[in-house]
Amino acid sequence: MNELHLPWLEVSVLVALFGAVWVSCVRDQFTVSRYSLLFNSIVLATTVGAWIDYEFINPAGVIPSDAQDYWNPLTKLLGRPIFVIDPLSSPLLSLVALLYFLVSLTTLSTKVRRFSFAWTLFSEAIVLATFCCEDPWLIIGLLAAGTIQPYIELRMRGKNTGVYVKHMALFVLLLVIGQLFVDYEGRDKQVHTLWAIIPLLIAIFIRCGIAPFHCWVSDLFEHATFGTSLLVAMPLVGAYAAIRLVLPIAPDWVLRTIGVLSLMTAVYAAGIALVQTDARRFFCYLFLSHSSLVLVGLEAVNAISLTGALCVWMATSVSLGGFGLTLRALEARRGRLSLTNYQGLYDHTPALAVLFMITGLASVGFPGTFGFIGTEMLVDGTVEAFPYVGVAVVITSALNGIAVVHAYFQLFTGTRHRSMVSLEIGQRERFAVVSLTALIFIGGLVPQYHVSSRHRAADRILRARSAVASGTVSGEETAAPNHH
Amino acid sequence: MFEVFHSCGLFAADLTHQVHPSNDVPLVLKVLGLLVVGAPAVLFATLGIASLLRSKPLSERVIARCIQTGILTGLTAAIAMLGLMLLWNDTQIPIELGSWVHMENPAEHYHYHFIFKFEFDRLSVPFVILTFVLCGTIGAFANRYMHRERGFNRFFVLLSLFVVGMVTTSLAGTVETLFSGWELVGLSSALLVAFFHERPAPASNGLHVWIIYRVSDAALLMASVALHHMKGEGDFDGFLAGEWPMGRTLLEPNQAFFVGLLLLIAAMGKSAMIPFSGWLPRAMEGPTPSSAVFYGALSVHLGAFLLLRFSPILEQSLIVRILIVVVGLSTALFATFAGTVQTDIKSALSFASMSQVGLIFAEIGLGCYYLALVHILGHGCLRTLQFLRAPTLLYDYRTMEDAIGERLPKFSGMWQGKTSERVRTWYYRLALERGYMDAYLKESIVRPVLSALRKCDDFEHRWTRMLGGTVIEKKPSSEASSAFEELL
Repeated sequence: MNELHLPWLEVSVLVALFGAVWVSCVRDQFTVSRYSLLFNSIVLATTVGAWIDYEFINPAGVIPSDAQDYWNPLTKLLGRPIFVIDPLSSPLLSLVALLYFLVSLTTLSTKVRRFSFAWTLFSEAIVLATFCCEDPWLIIGLLAAGTIQPYIELRMRGKNTGVYVKHMALFVLLLVIGQLFVDYEGRDKQVHTLWAIIPLLIAIFIRCGIAPFHCWVSDLFEHATFGTSLLVAMPLVGAYAAIRLVLPIAPDWVLRTIGVLSLMTAVYAAGIALVQTDARRFFCYLFLSHSSLVLVGLEAVNAISLTGALCVWMATSVSLGGFGLTLRALEARRGRLSLTNYQGLYDHTPALAVLFMITGLASVGFPGTFGFIGTEMLVDGTVEAFPYVGVAVVITSALNGIAVVHAYFQLFTGTRHRSMVSLEIGQRERFAVVSLTALIFIGGLVPQYHVSSRHRAADRILRARSAVASGTVSGEETAAPNHH
Repeated sequence: MFEVFHSCGLFAADLTHQVHPSNDVPLVLKVLGLLVVGAPAVLFATLGIASLLRSKPLSERVIARCIQTGILTGLTAAIAMLGLMLLWNDTQIPIELGSWVHMENPAEHYHYHFIFKFEFDRLSVPFVILTFVLCGTIGAFANRYMHRERGFNRFFVLLSLFVVGMVTTSLAGTVETLFSGWELVGLSSALLVAFFHERPAPASNGLHVWIIYRVSDAALLMASVALHHMKGEGDFDGFLAGEWPMGRTLLEPNQAFFVGLLLLIAAMGKSAMIPFSGWLPRAMEGPTPSSAVFYGALSVHLGAFLLLRFSPILEQSLIVRILIVVVGLSTALFATFAGTVQTDIKSALSFASMSQVGLIFAEIGLGCYYLALVHILGHGCLRTLQFLRAPTLLYDYRTMEDAIGERLPKFSGMWQGKTSERVRTWYYRLALERGYMDAYLKESIVRPVLSALRKCDDFEHRWTRMLGGTVIEKKPSSEASSAFEELL
């Protein structure tokens, strides 16, 4: 296994953990906010360092291999590699750190008392550690640990935790049962029985919010802070778990079934987003539709769709992240946003209106934005895998586009109301959303690097699955290459 | 006019001409091609970035200068390109900006590429020149018309986005490039319809336009995916052989039927053919200059342009061609009928546009491609002039009435006295309600779908409350989005 030039991964996780402990000891919330931002910046820098370092030791054209930290103290301590970086996780780590950084940065001073920075840093450490792991039991442990922070926040806000707890308990339980069966049948076995696959599948469905297991997501968005909800949803941890836990062991027919179910969820969530009267729930369903689309691409298991899905994953996180931050900034000014009446916010916050539109359209794969190429590849690849059902991806994209523009009109048009204070975008918020907008356009106009990087990750996943292909239960071929 | 084009050689099929392979294009043509495409893009980037980063928008004078420079540069380059094509007897000049995305795995025998390619030929060059001429005229007109309007900057940002979309669509050499431009045109149109933010009607109408455009976009995207699936690439050369309009398609007849049908749906949405025609009169909520250039001249012809671009595919399928003629003629008849009862000048002009575009569709279905192209060019110019003249025409009428001291005479119509009052009223209402087509679509599709989705949403609310063990609150049934309600 290759080694990075510095212990980036362990440093990033440890800094986040240390930051969580540090800020929990500070009483003044404004100081906490500043310290938190500092720790988030360091974590962002180390994850970007890890990404650049990984690309440096695995240049394009070379078959990429996993890499672990320099010195790897954890490996020495535990006797086996714990934190590794591969083509899939290398940009995802930076993406996670960026999202946490931007959420901290854009938390307004009026909200710092309600937003727990210490728990946010803790959850950042957990998510980063999850994305650095390849060992199934460690991933399961970290996924279980990741459910703690939203629960504590719901409790602290005095909200009902019933829906969240029931779903998350079932999620963890099914992960454990599924993995126990996998271990029982032997990890070296290429194709596992349905006893192992079904519990893992349902667990992934729950975490990804595939219908009918999606209600906890809308409940969380309604009751937790918008910042926490964004951070739970945006990194698409469920999709990562699917790649690590299910994709290597599930036969093709199971994956195709999941693909069809995910596709149905994508269309359904896009439709439900259209009729939402609350901005948070609207955002939640928009997110569910996109995350389901990512799963569709992953389960179609051909190179084009897989690359498309991985591209859409990044694009969704960036663009919907920006979209969410814009909505959060609007909420900070107006309180909970209703979509039943025209709010007339354009003249108050024209910059937020423009950013809302850009990030919203980027999320639906509008030309020239980050998601465009990914969506095109996803549609192409899905049509290869599910010729007629694949058309549903196009319908989903159309519905999501309508939902975004509908929300734009509801929020920004209508009679202008006078305001005693300026509602214009703040400097920190402008920096955050303009950075994401820049990423959206750079990724959209110069997509080659990003697509190549995701293609390498897709190739790795397909190679890992090729073992399954040779021993498929139904005997059908896996990962049939597209002849384009 | 046709003879003039013939004598110029631009449309001459019988003359010896050359078609450049993409890697053999003279440098001067490449530079001109890049200017044609790049000038609007730079214009949009300048206005857009300035709006995003500056707390105050650019001054009206600076915006006007930017528009003037951008469009004049593009127009000059396009005319120079046309001149050189005539001079060198070139009829097709492909300009490739390289592979946007290239992905392959020789071991697994797959590859995926996304070429950014533009094609200057007999169809695209006249269309792009028309775009620059009309957008330049509108830019100059709107500079005064929109003076001190609060959304002055927004109007010109959207106008420049529209120009980028039109130029990209007109010159596209691959179906993906065409789709990119197509979507940009749709977005800028919908946002300009909702330009007057304070009133609810423009926003609701903007949403209506956007919904129809999304249907049209979805059909085009499906056609694009189908072409990729059938031929492995979106490059026009992959499924169209030869020059426009004498080329032929490389698709099988059944493939051509399927793709042709999708293209027809896309074109119908964009060009307001029935049953999608309801958006065109609604689009008149936007400022007059944008109505002129979008719905009188350019945007409304984009569907016809799409059919012209893919005419070799249509040639392959008689059924699709018949459908095009039927759709075109029905729309022309319907628009003439509904247009007679319009009481405001912009709506009357929009129906007049619709009837002409219907005729253009019929011409395309009948295979008269040059006629359709000349019809588009002439109709676009005439309609822009009429739209721009409309506000002052009302003023002139008032002046004339003041001068003669009485109202101008009204024409009673040819049916007065020949039919009963009841029949006339019935026809009047039918025309006024635009054949109840909008109402039918809403009642039969939109309302049931929205109602079903709301029921699902209600059920989810109840399910979540039940899981959480909380009291199930009944959601007020009147709670619904005002934009959709107004749409319905």
